[in-house]
Amino acid sequence: MEIELGQGYGAHEGNEPGDSIFQKVLPNAVTAMSTDLFAAARSSSLWTLSFGLACCAIEMMSTHMSHHDLDRFGVVTWPSPRQADVMIVAGTVVKKMAEPIKLLYEQMPDPKWVIAMGSCATNGGPYYRSYSVVMGVDHLIPVDVYVPGCPPRPEALMYGIMQLQEKVKKDAKQRGTTS
Amino acid sequence: MVQRPKKRESAAPQAPVALDDRGLALSTLLGSALDDVDVQIDAAVDEVVVVLSPDDLLAVCRIARESDDLDFNYLRCVSVVDYEERLEVNYHLFSLAKRHKMVIKTSVSPEAPNVPTVTGVWRAADWFEREGHDLFGVVFIGHPDLAPLLLYEGFEGFPGRKSFPFHDYDEW
Amino acid sequence: MIESTKEPGLDSLDLMINMGPQHPSTHGVFRLVIGVDGERIVRAEPHIGYLHRGSEKLCEAEDYAQIVTLFDRMDYIANLNSELGYALAVEKLMALEIPERAEYIRVILCELNRIASHMLFYGVYGLDVGAMTPVLYGFRERERIQALFESVTGARMMHNYIRIGGVKEDLPDDFDARMKALVSQLELGIEECDRLLTDNEMFLARTKGIGSIGPTDAIDFGVTGPSLRASGVAEDVRISEPYGLYDRFDFGIPVGTNGDCWDRYYVRVEEMRQSLVIIEQAMAQMEPGPIMAKVRRITRPPKGEVYMRTESPRGDLGVFIVSDGSDRPYRLKVRAPSFANLQGLKHMLRDAYVADAVVILGSIDIVLGEVDR
Repeated sequence: MEIELGQGYGAHEGNEPGDSIFQKVLPNAVTAMSTDLFAAARSSSLWTLSFGLACCAIEMMSTHMSHHDLDRFGVVTWPSPRQADVMIVAGTVVKKMAEPIKLLYEQMPDPKWVIAMGSCATNGGPYYRSYSVVMGVDHLIPVDVYVPGCPPRPEALMYGIMQLQEKVKKDAKQRGTTS
Repeated sequence: MVQRPKKRESAAPQAPVALDDRGLALSTLLGSALDDVDVQIDAAVDEVVVVLSPDDLLAVCRIARESDDLDFNYLRCVSVVDYEERLEVNYHLFSLAKRHKMVIKTSVSPEAPNVPTVTGVWRAADWFEREGHDLFGVVFIGHPDLAPLLLYEGFEGFPGRKSFPFHDYDEW
Repeated sequence: MIESTKEPGLDSLDLMINMGPQHPSTHGVFRLVIGVDGERIVRAEPHIGYLHRGSEKLCEAEDYAQIVTLFDRMDYIANLNSELGYALAVEKLMALEIPERAEYIRVILCELNRIASHMLFYGVYGLDVGAMTPVLYGFRERERIQALFESVTGARMMHNYIRIGGVKEDLPDDFDARMKALVSQLELGIEECDRLLTDNEMFLARTKGIGSIGPTDAIDFGVTGPSLRASGVAEDVRISEPYGLYDRFDFGIPVGTNGDCWDRYYVRVEEMRQSLVIIEQAMAQMEPGPIMAKVRRITRPPKGEVYMRTESPRGDLGVFIVSDGSDRPYRLKVRAPSFANLQGLKHMLRDAYVADAVVILGSIDIVLGEVDR
């Protein structure tokens, strides 16, 4: 029985497997290393642990809000450390808070990154002569990106996150791993 | 931290006393309300100052709170100043209805810094006294719970005192 | 009204829940250990000190001009109000006359900062209660105000603008026009925010009648500011002990009735409107003139001590300075309003459910930077 299929259904008119869009466009794109793919995916959806300690937290909140909007980078602030990728240490690290910070860092699953936001988290900031301040969060946990400023502007934090995205992708290329 | 030579201190002038009408009325009122207690009524810039010993503190605070003329129902602040040979505890009081204010001062020695608590008179003294104990070592007798408030458990020393050094900045 | 969940014959334990230093709704590093019996809170123990940076001790090592930067960072949401409290304390000790234009500029910027602070409270309080939209509205208004601050002081947050003797530099030329535009934008913004949340049924159900504190209790605990005014006490430092030029302005202070969370929220919304009233009057009265008194480069106040109180958006900010005549204070104590307001938290949580703990804590509007200093 002959079935009338209408126009465009003859040979080489979109009816053969070789004509499908998947065969025409994607074959060259899909053959990438899986680490590069995963790195691209991870860098575009960095979920930050909402961990504002002091004044930098207000600028971090401003960066998430509609004027500067971090959501368009895929960055969502997430309260639980078990599902977060990035810990933005925003504010002064006080010795009493050192243990909770270490605990939170260890609760985050791999791959994880840390951004030290502000001068207090970088090296103690204006409180460098204080008896109760840890001079920089890198005494406690490894830091990937430092964002200087007191407090850094929202644009500076966005640049820091973009640098982190670059770092994630570069690390994947160089080391074959995304952690 | 570089220790500055203190050469200009003795030549510094004293801040002028400028009590307003309410302050002057209060000093005369205090003179009569507290005449059976051993106090010294002074003035500092625009506040009436009452200096007394720690034994009279609780009685005077109760008079200040409960007397209708004085009516100090609002304890603004309890602060401790370290004058090296003594620790001075200041109670800043204000009356919301009468709108007059005063400071009660009492001094203790650093070796035995015991002051009776005023949490029975104003509940606001609770955390202020805890902070004074934490940072200066002043023991407020009768306070319900003098646990550390601002410093971590196991902190040694009293950082508010002048003898506690500043942290020298090291480039690690 | 809340019945006990203990049934005879059943063994029940009180559960301790830790709202730890890292929590999305604790407004900073604040730890609240709650003991619950079912859903009812039976015990609440606040723990602070996770942001104790030793500012008061550091003030003894820095001279008077450097301390302004430390005050910026204590109450990091209402920076200019903290700077003002400090500058007024030193100026009172020195018996300094401030030029009028500087006073007007200070009032205008501080009231603008009050609106910014209450806008942040509004946004974050909506988030605490569970509404996602108010925070975007609140921060939109805040961005407008911060853009104006940037043009005047050079910074969005840590201004370092109010100096001892006046202000750092004069207002830019386009300030008048920008301020008029901003005032009208803020009027609409406040109206929009008010319409969104204030009479919302879900918001009312979560905040009306929750966490109430009576007037005598509030005064006894040392609660000040909008939280005290919500309990029915008409006490405002700008009216009971006027400083600066507040006796020249005609403004009202909103006073609540029940002292519950909704009253504490609504008092702040109305305060924003009153701040706009003050700003308009100040803009009309301001004249050109000098902006800094004749002061020495290094401030050396006379010997003595002073206690100055100002009305910050959170309450009664007190600065106690003991000076020994040198260029650094001998002792500087900050009486932070949030520190005292937090003492009322245990009393407010006495009849609450676990879900109300966040709502009540949010309504007090604390800033951990000044609680811990």
